[in-house]
Amino acid sequence: MSKWNMIIDVAECTNCHLCTLATSDEYVDNQFKGYAAPMPKHGHRWIDILQKERGQGTMIDIAYVPTMCNHCDDAPCIKAASNGAITKRPDGVVIIDPVKSKGQRQIVESCPYGHVWWNEDLQIPQHWNFDAHLLDNGWKQPRGGQVCPTGAMKAVKLDDSAMAAKAKAEGLERMKEELGTKPRVWYRNLAPFKTAFIGGSVSKSVAGLVECVEGAVVVLSKDGREIARQTTDNYGDFKFDGLSENSGAYGVEIAGGKRVDAELKDGSVSLGEIRI
Amino acid sequence: MSIASGQLRVILFGLVHVLKYTARKYPEFAARIKEHDVIAQMVAKDEELGRWYQFRGGKITSGFGIHPKPDVTIAFKNAKIAASLLTPPFNWLDQINAQKDFTMTVQGDDGLLNWFAQTIMLTQSIGWDMGIPQADGSMRYCNMANGGPLFVYVKDGKIIRTTSIDFDDSDPQPWTIEAKGVKLTPPRRTTLAPHGQNSKAMVYSPDRCLYPMKRVDFDPSGERNPQNRGKSGYVRISWEEALELVSSEIKRTKRTYGPGVMAVSHGSHHTWGNIGYYLSALYRFRNAVGHTAVHHNPDSWEGWYWGAAHHWGYSLRVGQSETYGTVEDCLQNSEMIVFWSADPETTSGSYGAQEGTVRRQWLKDPKLGIKVVHIDPFYNSSAQFLPGKWMAPRPTTSPAMAMAIAYVWIKEDLYDKDYVSTHTVGFDKWKAYLLGDEDGVPKTPEWQEAETGVPAKDVRALAREWASKRTYLAPGGWGNGHGGACRNQTGIQWARVMVCLIAMQGLGKPGVNMGNLQWGCPVDLNFYFPGYAEGGMSGDIEGTSLPVELYQRMPQLPTMNTSNQKIPRIFMPEAILEGKAEGYLWNGKSIEHQFAKVNYPAAGHAPVRMLYKYGGSMIATMNNTNRHVKMYQSENLEFVVNQSIWMEGEAKFADLILPACTNFERVDISEWAALGGYGHHGQQQVNNRVVIFQAPAIKPLGESKSDYWIFTEICKKLGLANYFNEGMNEIDWVKRQFEASDLPKHISWKKFIKKGYFVVPTEKEKLRAPVSFRWFWENRAKDVPEPLPLPSDYSGEYLKGLQTQSGKLEFECNSLIRAGDPERPPIVKYEPSWEGMHSGAMFEKFPLQLVTPHSKYSFHTQGDGKDSFLLNIDDHRVKVDNWYYWIIRLNPEDAAARGIRKHDLVKVYNDRGAVLCAALPTARLARGTVHGYESCAIYAPMGEPGKSIDRGGCLNLLTPHRTQTKSTHSLAGANSLVEVEVWDGRIEHMSEAFAKDSPPATPMVHARVAEFVAAK
Repeated sequence: MSKWNMIIDVAECTNCHLCTLATSDEYVDNQFKGYAAPMPKHGHRWIDILQKERGQGTMIDIAYVPTMCNHCDDAPCIKAASNGAITKRPDGVVIIDPVKSKGQRQIVESCPYGHVWWNEDLQIPQHWNFDAHLLDNGWKQPRGGQVCPTGAMKAVKLDDSAMAAKAKAEGLERMKEELGTKPRVWYRNLAPFKTAFIGGSVSKSVAGLVECVEGAVVVLSKDGREIARQTTDNYGDFKFDGLSENSGAYGVEIAGGKRVDAELKDGSVSLGEIRI
Repeated sequence: MSIASGQLRVILFGLVHVLKYTARKYPEFAARIKEHDVIAQMVAKDEELGRWYQFRGGKITSGFGIHPKPDVTIAFKNAKIAASLLTPPFNWLDQINAQKDFTMTVQGDDGLLNWFAQTIMLTQSIGWDMGIPQADGSMRYCNMANGGPLFVYVKDGKIIRTTSIDFDDSDPQPWTIEAKGVKLTPPRRTTLAPHGQNSKAMVYSPDRCLYPMKRVDFDPSGERNPQNRGKSGYVRISWEEALELVSSEIKRTKRTYGPGVMAVSHGSHHTWGNIGYYLSALYRFRNAVGHTAVHHNPDSWEGWYWGAAHHWGYSLRVGQSETYGTVEDCLQNSEMIVFWSADPETTSGSYGAQEGTVRRQWLKDPKLGIKVVHIDPFYNSSAQFLPGKWMAPRPTTSPAMAMAIAYVWIKEDLYDKDYVSTHTVGFDKWKAYLLGDEDGVPKTPEWQEAETGVPAKDVRALAREWASKRTYLAPGGWGNGHGGACRNQTGIQWARVMVCLIAMQGLGKPGVNMGNLQWGCPVDLNFYFPGYAEGGMSGDIEGTSLPVELYQRMPQLPTMNTSNQKIPRIFMPEAILEGKAEGYLWNGKSIEHQFAKVNYPAAGHAPVRMLYKYGGSMIATMNNTNRHVKMYQSENLEFVVNQSIWMEGEAKFADLILPACTNFERVDISEWAALGGYGHHGQQQVNNRVVIFQAPAIKPLGESKSDYWIFTEICKKLGLANYFNEGMNEIDWVKRQFEASDLPKHISWKKFIKKGYFVVPTEKEKLRAPVSFRWFWENRAKDVPEPLPLPSDYSGEYLKGLQTQSGKLEFECNSLIRAGDPERPPIVKYEPSWEGMHSGAMFEKFPLQLVTPHSKYSFHTQGDGKDSFLLNIDDHRVKVDNWYYWIIRLNPEDAAARGIRKHDLVKVYNDRGAVLCAALPTARLARGTVHGYESCAIYAPMGEPGKSIDRGGCLNLLTPHRTQTKSTHSLAGANSLVEVEVWDGRIEHMSEAFAKDSPPATPMVHARVAEFVAAK
């Protein structure tokens, strides 16, 4: 049986917010019986784009990460709900019934991802329901996927084994995998959101002028052991990425003798210019 | 009886039955003919043959012959002419000629005549079938936002959904480019800008103006209280009262003072649609009434128009060059793109939605081997999306950095000397300046470092890499201009030096050009559909590009303004307050037109005493705009009417508000990103050309009306209705525009209005437009499809060479030698900004440079505020203490030094004003630079307007209105000096400049329309 999965490519998200705007367009002042009650105009973020800025100076990057209800196969919200208010459909989609869920605030608390939202006016929990009413009417993509200009958000309908194989082949990850909730939302290129870098720019004085050093070998070490090495580009830049956040002290050595200490604490480190 | 008179009898008799049949079939038509009791007749004068039609209590009677007392008459010279003009399908040229030759004339009340003519026209259009029914009972229409084309789903009279358009199987396949072994094809769909997907929230905004409203303390026959504008509330009035007020004020001010007494001020944009656009309906109206035009500066292109044009010509596109074929050339031949103050992922090419983003995404394919570099004080959205080296010069210092690059090329012999010698003039002069021969200061990388803060080593590395690779230079959002650094104090220098850099590398060689894949798509540009600047129904053969092509294709009554007076827009407050202002002309005909002065008042003309304002964007988009508050409160403006969709910006400074509806509530027709005129072939931005029939999705909300309706009704009170609308309904103009285009060769009207959109077929590869400047590099005649330079602007043979005097790229500009402007020397030189780190005491007091680029989520003021969905985006506004504050970004160290944390409310201020914002510390800016988008829609002074802190977010209250140079009418306000501090809770703005005349503040919070009305 093929089931819906959402694949997010973090490298292609520009924070344009078309997915969040389209979701507001779909649900504000609209109700879809059996699927969803109207979404409040403000305050709910059924799709929420997280962001992470890394680095300092002119060596920085930003990752934008759209998050939403994960449509977990082992969904804590289903267990928390009474009265059969939440169902798991055969196609993988989780639906919070807008009528049966009335008053069940515990459903909001049960979601480890913070993606069930309490509608104060209607006294119901709400979530991004994969735009199931549209999929059931033949739409190929939910609103966010339909409108995303870069394909950073794309729903696929695959059976679980095919999806698992795809995830493995393409290195897809899920949020808080360790909780065992089995999310159906997958991420590509999530590393910048979860890891840190150490970078810098190597320069030297040549005939009285400071020049970028291209081709310098830079060695990154931890606890005295080399863990990576790179060659600088034409701007003298190097950037060791994918390091564990808050992982402490590192050494950066430029072949030829210069050594600089770096510490990963509260984010990434741009060492700036390193004159050799 | 002649054959013609026989025909005419049949036609006139047939009309009776058409009217009666239509009334039986359509209840709304039956209701319409109850509106007036009138006897209308049509006659052929020579044979005294005629028929009258009597409408009484909704009943139609008719008789053959001449009626003794008709209310209105349409008279034809003879039966032949009458029969010919009244037989469908109408030939519009014949119709217009008959009016010009007086072979068709009218007598009687202008309003009743107009009603009769529109009623007859309505019999044709009333049954037209628009939109596609959906399975769920909804209807799907189409529309066009500034942010792209939309499907609009409507159920029970309500818009339930708006989406981008996915093409169906019958639509054409898009183009393919093969580059370096990679086949690149855009998807079969349209994209949207964020403000486009915000459309539903805009339509249903609680800030809509839904009823005509009069300021409570405005009495046209007594106290007008201009000093209370912006403070008083409003009272709802009827349309009849509103129309009477505005038309009687037009008459009164003209009679009292003379022609041109009414100024008309519109924003730079409008809701989309060629008939309802400001360059269409408004221009026809303002010409019919007579007005002082508020003459626009070339906003968003400043440096290109006033600067770059002298080096390469291209007055056509406000100083931006041709861009044809550059998508293909860039992908196939270039190895690097230098984005310089270019953020197309934010600006969407204005109207290009995310079409360019789709193409730039291809740059991530390593097989194409195209590196990118970003130069911008702000780590912008394009830098985030397309990883590459980022260099962050201080705002306004980019010209110095560019000159240092040229210096390295000269010293290290890294430029195309052959090209420079054969295709350019004046290089030696500039070279001498760069090397320091002229002023003793070599423009070295070290020299620029002191100005820009960019390490000299990085500039050297960039200069060398650039010269070693076939490189596209991409300044501004469109890749050859538009937005960015051209809007600050050194914008003219920057645009000029950009042209000089690409000239040194051989502009036009394969892979060496201007662009960032935003323009230059290989779409079929021979297919004609008019852009908005072609003037629609304006009849304006002087103020739009109508006469070039559309006027012939869509004959219409010409319109001309009889007042020659203009107010240069940047100095509008001075014009009103001091009665004097001076600027320079924006006119694309030639390079030299820009040297013409615009003086207010014009000799012998009346001073402006009435303002017809269209929308509320000026306080947010002009500079130093507390000036505008003073202007509005001046008694020199005896009457201010604002025709506005939303109660926003300065709408609340009007005496009378006329509620206009959105383009979702009226009919129109348009093409995506088709600017026409000064944006010739703007469709090169989109991957698929899409023409839209903008069906009215819903009825106008409240008592709001289309601009066309409002103008028609005002014109009825001035006897101008039939001149204004030619007896047509809006949809008749829409059909005329359809017929004037190439659409009928491909799709029937019936199918077009049902389906709602048309995708222009893809051109064969061999018929694509040639690459820009390739002809120039290869010394051939110009072969790209654009109308300028005009023939007389060639100094050699027609089509040989550029628009410049030499026909070549000019490092030393002949037009500037002739102009003798000390601030624009013939070669571009670096002159530091007059508002920056060299500003002495001002810089000490206000040490932060505020950059105010075009906004990412709203389209200027469009989409912002209004309780729209955009408020939910924290990078647009953030909610603090129940108010959505504008974001001000600053470097984390600058923030820490001021004790500012994320989302703290901070006062951003200088001597011009103070704005309350929410702070966002970010490493996207170097120390000393702060960033906030220009153009919010909310002006919300917390106390006395003009003298207290604004918490709407109008950063343009703080920006300088001084022009970049004295002899240009150029905005310079994208950079200003400010200080930022944690807000102390006071609402008065206590700067010295304001303190001395600041009265005690009366707290006033932003109020919605309903509250305004309640306030009475």
